[in-house]
Amino acid sequence: MTMSTTTFPPAPAQAPPLPPEGNAIRVSVMAKSRPPDASRSGIWVAIFAITMSFAAFTSALFVRQGSGDWTHLVVPPLLYVNTAVLLMSSFTLEMSHRVIARGLAGEASALRSSLRWVFVTLALGLTFVAGQYLAWRKLAAQGLYLATNPNSSFFYVFTGMHALHVLGGITALVYVIRRLTGSRDVFRRSTFDSTAIYWHFMGGLWLYLLFVIRMRL
Amino acid sequence: MAEASVQQAHVHAPPESFIRKNVFSLDHKTIGKQYYGLALVAVFTGMALSWLMRFHLAWPNAKIAGLELLSKAGAPGGVITPEYYLSLLTMHGTLMVFFVLTNAPFAGFGNYFLPIQIGAEDMAFPRFNMMSFWVTFVAFLVLFTAFFIPDGPPTSGWTAYAPLSAVGSDAGPGLGWGQNLWAISISLFCIGQLLGSLNFISTTLDLRAKGMTLMRMPICTWAWFITSCIGLLAFAVLLPACLLLILDRMAGTSFFIPAGLVLSDRLQNHAGGSPLLWQHLFWFFGHPEVYIAILPAMGIVSHVLITSMRKPLLSAKVIIYSMMSIGFLSWMVWGHHMFVSGMNPFSSLLFSFPTLTITIPATIMTLIWLGSLYGANLQITSASLFALGFVSMFVSGGVSGFFLAQPSIDIYLHATYFVVGHFHMVMGVAAIFGILSGTYFWFPKMSGRMMNETLGKLHFWITFVGTYCIFMPFHYLGMAGNVRRYSSFVDDFMAPLLPLHKFITIAALITGAGQFIFLYNLIHSRFRGKPAPQNPWNGTSLEWSIPSPPPWNNFGGKHPVVYHDSYQYGLKGSKGDYVMQDSPEQIVTE
Repeated sequence: MTMSTTTFPPAPAQAPPLPPEGNAIRVSVMAKSRPPDASRSGIWVAIFAITMSFAAFTSALFVRQGSGDWTHLVVPPLLYVNTAVLLMSSFTLEMSHRVIARGLAGEASALRSSLRWVFVTLALGLTFVAGQYLAWRKLAAQGLYLATNPNSSFFYVFTGMHALHVLGGITALVYVIRRLTGSRDVFRRSTFDSTAIYWHFMGGLWLYLLFVIRMRL
Repeated sequence: MAEASVQQAHVHAPPESFIRKNVFSLDHKTIGKQYYGLALVAVFTGMALSWLMRFHLAWPNAKIAGLELLSKAGAPGGVITPEYYLSLLTMHGTLMVFFVLTNAPFAGFGNYFLPIQIGAEDMAFPRFNMMSFWVTFVAFLVLFTAFFIPDGPPTSGWTAYAPLSAVGSDAGPGLGWGQNLWAISISLFCIGQLLGSLNFISTTLDLRAKGMTLMRMPICTWAWFITSCIGLLAFAVLLPACLLLILDRMAGTSFFIPAGLVLSDRLQNHAGGSPLLWQHLFWFFGHPEVYIAILPAMGIVSHVLITSMRKPLLSAKVIIYSMMSIGFLSWMVWGHHMFVSGMNPFSSLLFSFPTLTITIPATIMTLIWLGSLYGANLQITSASLFALGFVSMFVSGGVSGFFLAQPSIDIYLHATYFVVGHFHMVMGVAAIFGILSGTYFWFPKMSGRMMNETLGKLHFWITFVGTYCIFMPFHYLGMAGNVRRYSSFVDDFMAPLLPLHKFITIAALITGAGQFIFLYNLIHSRFRGKPAPQNPWNGTSLEWSIPSPPPWNNFGGKHPVVYHDSYQYGLKGSKGDYVMQDSPEQIVTE
């Protein structure tokens, strides 16, 4: 058996890293700090979980489909308009994304432009949710409610759960707007990036759900 | 300027008010203790329920004083009805699996020690972390309310099998609002755990101190990390399942309810649903849940054993890889809970193979623990005794898994006490031993005081011998054909087994009483225990490099730097036979 011994390395040993410097920062010793990137991994982890949830809903659909009472549901055409709105909102958020860095660096016109595009995105997002609500009203007018048949059940569950997640995204957009319009000292770039990633994911998820709804319901 | 403002955004000051410090706290350590406290309440409640059940099984006609006050309908004259027995069983299982086995080893210890062990000041998202606990707390209250509503607690078991769980009050007592509360509670619980898992994963990936590579993380940190990956996916499946269950119950949909069900002389207005769908969704969560309970215990036990042996394991890496493969395989075995469900027999075969395969990493880990013990100078403490007890329980409970993994044998044993014995030992008691080992080990760090070792050892021997007396006979009962979920076995072929049931009940009462020694030790030591030094067990990981209890920001505003793997024992270090992870001394192998 080999025996290990330890020695201290010759001085100067690796000095512990100093706290970040800068005259605008007042980092007290009794404060907690964290690197700005955690929300970036966090958003991907959240997306992973949401994907898993919708995979569970989808597999429930495949199992449930095997029963004899499976019917067919005519998708309200309004859904395609809503799809276009949601995809457009991804585009407008990217427009904001492109100028946000310059805006945060102090360029006032870039910041205004960025903010404007976020407002447009927010409006489109709200339009999408309102559009989904109208689509439900149209189905209900045909006598198709949540419990009418398995197809309508899954339709409401898919669209409802997705709309709920979009509302989460809308909350994040409102948060971003509040941060951008308020004191920018506390604006975190990664908050914007994470919101954008989530928002695009909502678009992608919706395309997937629309495909499932169109092909299976 | 932009950079500076970014930095400022990530600093938050220590809390001042009592509420911010102790109730709605953002500090991972407080949240960890809150989880542990909640688990403590749940475990003693769950244990009391098991006492009631065991008492009724042994003496079916005996009156239990005061029980009528809890439920007039469930225990008229103090004698438990068969329906109320099922209610107790459901609440026992739900409390234990969700609020104890998930909360204590994973959310409790994980919250407290994961950030410290990787050298972070807090979790990545402290607000989500606080929300995670409080959502879980509300989930607990919602479930607990079921005891006090006229309908009573649900009777469908912790697995809430449909259609019984889905049809509503026509199906019997507890299946109206009782079951609603269960479904709402578990949905909330899922949200809490998802937020928690998100935090654990991001924290481990992003907030590791300088030098803390993934392979330098202690084994228990790895266990929490792998568990959070499992939890993230498992609870993301249980949540949709519970939502569909709630819709079936409250909105009239038919996801899980087939056509033509007549209950309480009423034709149920549902058609086409699939009860098997619930079982698939539930067990797709349910089997990984077993590993959510046991993996953190494996991590804790490895951590404790290494420290007590004063030498590294034969291979810490293999332990980590085994935990990963268990985590991976856990997704392919859910169907082994459904061999008697009427599922296609070919599916049973397909689920049987990965189930048998999962015993390989489990066996490798066991052999590493045992092989590492060979020739080690093990320090016998309460913590190391419970760690050894864990290995013992894991082996004893795991061996019966080989039988149950085979569909042909499982069909005979599935609805019997054999299965109850199996899972209580391998995931229930084993995980509890892991929690207890962790408690005796980390209590000094968490409270700044030592626990009483004599009481700890007494607690171990009562618990160790007691649980074997309770759960080993379950296997014999099962082989004799003693079905589970029945409230009494008086008038049928199982009557000759009654003496064994009485023995088990007495063992359960004594073992349960022994837990009050632990409770006393915990509370007494918290206030009157010997003050704990910074590193009472001469451990190497980062939690031992800071004061006991740690300051609010863990490392006092400093950023620890990690120089070594997690377990440098059996050396000639400057402090003794070990070198701490953050010590800059160089290790020279001669």
